[in-house]
Amino acid sequence: MNNIIASTVVKARELTAEEIKEIEHEKTHYPYTQAVGLEALKIVQKYQGWVSDESLLAVAKYLEIAPDELEGVATFFNMIFRRPVGKHVILLCDSVACWMLGCDSLQGHITKNLGIEYGETTKDDMFTLLPVPCLGACDKSPVMMIGRETYTHLTAEKIDQAIAHYRDGTPVDQDLE
Amino acid sequence: MATDKPLTKNIEEGRAPFNFKKYTAAGGYESVHKVVKMEPTDAVELVKNAGLGGRGGAGFNTGLKWSFVPPPDGGPRYLVINADEMEPGTFKDRLLIENDPHLLIEGMITTCFALQSNCGYIFLRGEYTDCEERLLKAIKEAYDNGMLGKNVAGKKGFDLDIYLHTSAGRYICGEETALLNALEGKRANPRAKPPFPQVSGLWGRPTVVNNVETICNIPGIVTHGVEWYQALGKGDYVGTRISGVSGRVNKPGCWEVPVGITFRELLEDYAGGMQDGYELKAFLPGGGSTDFLIPEHLDLPMDPGLVQKAGSRLGTSLIMVLDDKTCPVGCIRNLIKFFAHESCGWCTPCRDGLPWVEHILNNMEEGKGSLKDIEILDEMTRYMGPGNTFCALAPGAVEPLQSGLKYFMGEFEAHINHGCSYN
Amino acid sequence: MVKITVDGKVLEVDENNNLLEEVLSQGEDLPYFCWHPSMGSVGSCRQCAVIEYANDEDERGRLNMACMTSPREGGRYSIEKAGQFRAQAIESIMINHPHDCPVCEEGGECHLQDMTVMSGHTYRRYEGKKKTHTNQYLGPFINHEMNRCITCYRCVRYYNDYAGGTDFGPQASHDNTYFGRWQEGPLESEFSGNLAEVCPTGVFTDKPFGKQYVRKWDLQTAPSICTGCSVGCNTNPGERYGTLRRVVNRFNDEVNGYFLCDRGRFGTGYVNSDERITVSMTRASSDADPHLASPDEAMSQLHVMAVDAIGIGSPRASMEANFALRDLVGKDNFYAGVSANDLAMGQQILDIYRNRPVNVASIKVIEGSDAVIVLGEDVTNTAARIALALRQSVKNLGKKMARDMKLPDWHDAAVRQLTMDRKSPLFILSPHATRLDDVAANVHISSAEESARIGFAIANAIDSSAPAVKGLSKEEKSLVDTMADALKNAQQPLVVCGTGSFSPALIDAAANIATALQDGDKKANLAMVVPEANSLGLALLMNGSDQSLDQAMSLVADGDAKSAVVLENDLYRRAPADAVDSFVNALDNLAVLDSTQTRTGEAANLVIAAGTFAESSGTFINYEARAQHFYSVFKPKDSIRASVKWLSDQKLSEITAACASSITDCGGMANLTPGEDFNVAGMKVPRQQHRYSGRTAMRADINVHEPKQEQDEDGILSYSMEGVPATRDATVFNTAWSGGWNSNQSVFKFQSHTGGALKQASHGQCLIENNSKTKTWNEIEKDNAPEGDFAVFPLYHLFGSEELTARTPAIQEKATSAYIALNGDDAQKLGLQASDGVALEHNGSVPFIIRSSIKPGTVGVPVGLEGVNFRNLPDGIALEKASSWTAPEKWHAANIIASDRASSEGEA
Ligand SMILES: Cc1cc2nc3c(=O)[nH]c(=O)nc-3n(C[C@H](O)[C@H](O)[C@H](O)COP(=O)(O)O)c2cc1C
Ligand code: SF4
Ligand code: FES
Repeated sequence: MNNIIASTVVKARELTAEEIKEIEHEKTHYPYTQAVGLEALKIVQKYQGWVSDESLLAVAKYLEIAPDELEGVATFFNMIFRRPVGKHVILLCDSVACWMLGCDSLQGHITKNLGIEYGETTKDDMFTLLPVPCLGACDKSPVMMIGRETYTHLTAEKIDQAIAHYRDGTPVDQDLE
Repeated sequence: MATDKPLTKNIEEGRAPFNFKKYTAAGGYESVHKVVKMEPTDAVELVKNAGLGGRGGAGFNTGLKWSFVPPPDGGPRYLVINADEMEPGTFKDRLLIENDPHLLIEGMITTCFALQSNCGYIFLRGEYTDCEERLLKAIKEAYDNGMLGKNVAGKKGFDLDIYLHTSAGRYICGEETALLNALEGKRANPRAKPPFPQVSGLWGRPTVVNNVETICNIPGIVTHGVEWYQALGKGDYVGTRISGVSGRVNKPGCWEVPVGITFRELLEDYAGGMQDGYELKAFLPGGGSTDFLIPEHLDLPMDPGLVQKAGSRLGTSLIMVLDDKTCPVGCIRNLIKFFAHESCGWCTPCRDGLPWVEHILNNMEEGKGSLKDIEILDEMTRYMGPGNTFCALAPGAVEPLQSGLKYFMGEFEAHINHGCSYN
Repeated sequence: MVKITVDGKVLEVDENNNLLEEVLSQGEDLPYFCWHPSMGSVGSCRQCAVIEYANDEDERGRLNMACMTSPREGGRYSIEKAGQFRAQAIESIMINHPHDCPVCEEGGECHLQDMTVMSGHTYRRYEGKKKTHTNQYLGPFINHEMNRCITCYRCVRYYNDYAGGTDFGPQASHDNTYFGRWQEGPLESEFSGNLAEVCPTGVFTDKPFGKQYVRKWDLQTAPSICTGCSVGCNTNPGERYGTLRRVVNRFNDEVNGYFLCDRGRFGTGYVNSDERITVSMTRASSDADPHLASPDEAMSQLHVMAVDAIGIGSPRASMEANFALRDLVGKDNFYAGVSANDLAMGQQILDIYRNRPVNVASIKVIEGSDAVIVLGEDVTNTAARIALALRQSVKNLGKKMARDMKLPDWHDAAVRQLTMDRKSPLFILSPHATRLDDVAANVHISSAEESARIGFAIANAIDSSAPAVKGLSKEEKSLVDTMADALKNAQQPLVVCGTGSFSPALIDAAANIATALQDGDKKANLAMVVPEANSLGLALLMNGSDQSLDQAMSLVADGDAKSAVVLENDLYRRAPADAVDSFVNALDNLAVLDSTQTRTGEAANLVIAAGTFAESSGTFINYEARAQHFYSVFKPKDSIRASVKWLSDQKLSEITAACASSITDCGGMANLTPGEDFNVAGMKVPRQQHRYSGRTAMRADINVHEPKQEQDEDGILSYSMEGVPATRDATVFNTAWSGGWNSNQSVFKFQSHTGGALKQASHGQCLIENNSKTKTWNEIEKDNAPEGDFAVFPLYHLFGSEELTARTPAIQEKATSAYIALNGDDAQKLGLQASDGVALEHNGSVPFIIRSSIKPGTVGVPVGLEGVNFRNLPDGIALEKASSWTAPEKWHAANIIASDRASSEGEA
């Protein structure tokens, strides 16, 4: 970072106290701050929903990593969102076991109900639908995640229930998870 | 009497994982107390003699791998646990971590003592949120009970820290050198070997990367000894492993099984056979990057050597069943799409070859293929074969395709003109 | 060395190199992309595949990348048998390539084209859509066309890993991998231009060239020497239709290797500038109207005037031009066109090179150093190529660590991984933060005077017979010990200094350190940067005389001279403006030979249209006292002539020979070219390619008769297509081109070993041989502390500080106008707000910036930028806030290092 002329038009956002606290905690895990880059992006994403240019620059400055290097890492990983996403991200597994058990038609169902294709966000910014590689629950296919929750043995009804839950707090049947 | 299910003895469906107290009451952390009384090199020798093969897919003798770490030079050396588990069809490490996190931690402590390492990382797939929470809790308990931190288990001078790193979704991070780059906060392109991680790994220091299940075997081996471990296997085979089945079977899942049982035993005795109305057409024996086998191979013991002779790899030993009502071309297309997307983009054949294959298979699905395309597909499987690419991702990616061309040529040809006839 | 067999041929190769490098060195063709001789191997592109056989029985072998293979004794390999794989690799690399060769600047000199042909891929089977990308604006130098990318990673490996850039990188992944900046904007590295040569296809191309584009084969080219600074990088500039189109690197393993800096590559636009003097002008007196003088008139006026004139030479003119002027006015009437202090420093350096037990360090030697101290010279801005070399020097520790582990040092990624942030020590003493600080072990901010003291103390700490320094603080002492230890323990220590600080004491200190490091046959390396392309040559030419510009001015002030001939020199850059004013006013006659209009020229009554480097031939002597010959690239219109042609009617070679024989240490100048009588089968070496197109039609819009080819009386090159291209003698290596290798990668075909010296050598000639083993010491001379509130130190800008390159549009886009730099507290004390200006004695008012590294009580003033004359300033000055002030339009805070920004205060 030392060597940068720093001629960027984007202005860094102020990191929040929570973000800084968590980043500082991560720093104690590694002998080099570079290793904290991805962790810090995840922390920022946890609080902000996604990683904006302003956030990326803030992390770069905070950790003294070149923003170009951080961008290279941010765009490499599937789960760092460099564009805004909805409040809840639906990750529908589209790998082979779930494909065999019909994830394509489940996607069709979501698309029909929410009006979004893979990569799109609902107009009310509530949901973004993304495909995700094998979620490691192939014995319970088809599978999806919303936020940090995993939903298995999916059916169209179960998906509707989960979506309703995230939309207005409707309780989800116990066996959904 | 020691258990015959050292990996899953504490696991019961629907029950929360043991906390430190319960885990210790059930005989946990014994291996740590035992190993700290040994010479580290003897512990390595012990594991080598046990004949434990790595469970990450390649099956290399674990103790032997450890023995390549050079003698201590005063600088740091690392143990890194590969818990990235993104291979399609693989869900065994999740089972172990989610249900018995202390087993992994115990294994790590014992291993670190053997490797004379003071630092271990768990590289966990970010989507495994339950695993994350449970591991964090277990690590904290271990610290609180003197199993981590300074003077582990009362052994003077044995200090150990274990950190959990959660990833952000890339299959290539499971490749051990790409994993190290990811852990260092870099783009997860693999590294050239040599130098091997044991010599120059994490931050250029000696590092051992092991799979979760591999390390979960260590407590048992150290506690109960080589003979006990070897007797666990069927016949001449040693130990147990987690195997499983997904697809249209009656009871999909994964179980700890004696090494050496046949595919049929797994499929019928454990997974309850095929669902009504579905016939077994073929199966991938160990994850999405292995070659298809067909019903005639069902009576093979699940042994890496024999599976290789049959034209595939045992891989992770979680088998994926292709039934007669599912399109093999579509199945391969799905896998190729995954691999093309997960290619890191470092080397040419994989980066540019897999999307080409995907393109052809997409066309075929729509009936827009040609005979020439089949030739190209065939050529591509060799182009991306072992040794031709920088890491093993692409060679693995083309395995279902090359065996698919062998077993389902008729289906490919049918797709050329008519597209997919499965619904 | 080991013996291996490649397709049946037995070769003897070096097992410490990789197989690709060795096979190429033997003249074989083996395609590659990601590998580069100066960047080592990473094995990503998979293009250099060969089959390696396990033993004599093995018939299948296994595929390996040659670039990642250490040749082993008795090893059996086949290039041929891996041909199909290489063709497949090219075919898949090409699936997204746009095939836009006809409109691509790389076309005709494209490594990708060459490799595609070589690999035998001709028929396209992929029928899908191609991927497309958005391009970025990367500043005035480099054009971006991502669709042509083949993802070989060479750009990042060069820009980031080799050149230390941080504002660039790979993004995304799989077949969507993208190379660029995270936000578009000008590339920050001073070496960005090399991307155009490093990229094997047309992703990164030379932007100014693109605006006046011609194909490689339509360029007339000749070996030249960059005039941007005193390093003397070797270049191949190219011309078409009378305009200079571009400059590319000309390989010289001892000097520039494969790389140039951006000043050198992009700074020659002034050759085509509107400000060029294209005709000679004369007037009776300095207030009369000028009128055009024909070449004959100009010539005779000049020679009449010269009879009783003094001559004023120039550090930016060739040896021959200076020598011819000296001859014309008489030795006693010849004055170096630089200040007494500048001349003395040049001679001081020569004295050190001649008499101290030191080696003068070439760039290659600098790259090989394993402990370096830089004293007060901001090499990134005064001799940029040295900065790039220093960046390589810090990697030597890593290479050593690798060798100790039996890891080959070409295994680039592995070596970097092993090394992490460990580096060979680089120490910097400077009055401000510099662009090399990121790789420095220690940066000590101190004035030239303090740095000299520390330097003397280091010498003393290494060798106690060197004069000791009294009164060092505890911190200074420990710093001195750290540096002394590191230098003493190094295998190849290096001291870098120069005239940039205008401090003779600093130069003495540097000489003492280097002297102290001598131990028997082991001598330390020393590099002394001087300001201009021929500064050291001019010092040599003065042959011990101290006739400086100061002396010429007092002579004229005393009325002892009434006429002066000034050679390629703007005296206002050399002395205070009022002194130059008095000088020119006191003269009856002033003749100025120059290529562009200057303030000195405006005062002249005879202005003579002189050629630039591109239209002249001659010799420059670089910072090492290395003499290098440059050839004119094209013949200018008759009204413009090389200075040496105006000044003398002798042949160039005669002048060179006379200079060589009459000036001490210049003997080596005589042997730089193969000689005028050089020819192959009676023919000269053509400047134009055999494929040069349209010769008969080029001027058809003016006249249908094809003009006679221009003659070159001076040398061994001809201004035509006829002749025998220079393959025999690399000193006339005017373009890298070989069968099947149309790109610059073909240079390996001209090298004795891939990456090594050219077969016939083109090193130039180091003039000073030094076998001294006697240690002599300089005593510490105390400078008087400067008067005034602020001690002034100079700031240099790669873009802007050099006179001629600053007249190039692309450089101007990167350059700024004058400003001063100071510490934040001082700014506060002066009551400065961000938008204020500062009144600078004798210089009007300028904007300011705050740099946190600058010490209170010191102020940095740029040298050579528009709007300030550094020479007007005493060592110490007062500053005050300017009343009623607006910032000039061309002002922007250029080249401020991020770590050096105290706050956003003062940024414009
Ligand atoms: C593309 C690719 C993905 C891999 N993914 C995993 C993985 O998710 N988990 C794992 O343990 N090993 C994975 N491996 C294997 C590892 O590279 C490595 O061999 C293993 O972690 C070593 O551990 P073991 O010796 O305990 O088996 C993968 C290999 C490749 C080439
Ligand atoms: S085979 Fe694929 S994943 Fe592996 S290095 Fe090459 S591009 Fe990356
Ligand atoms: S040059 Fe060898 S792999 Fe690229």
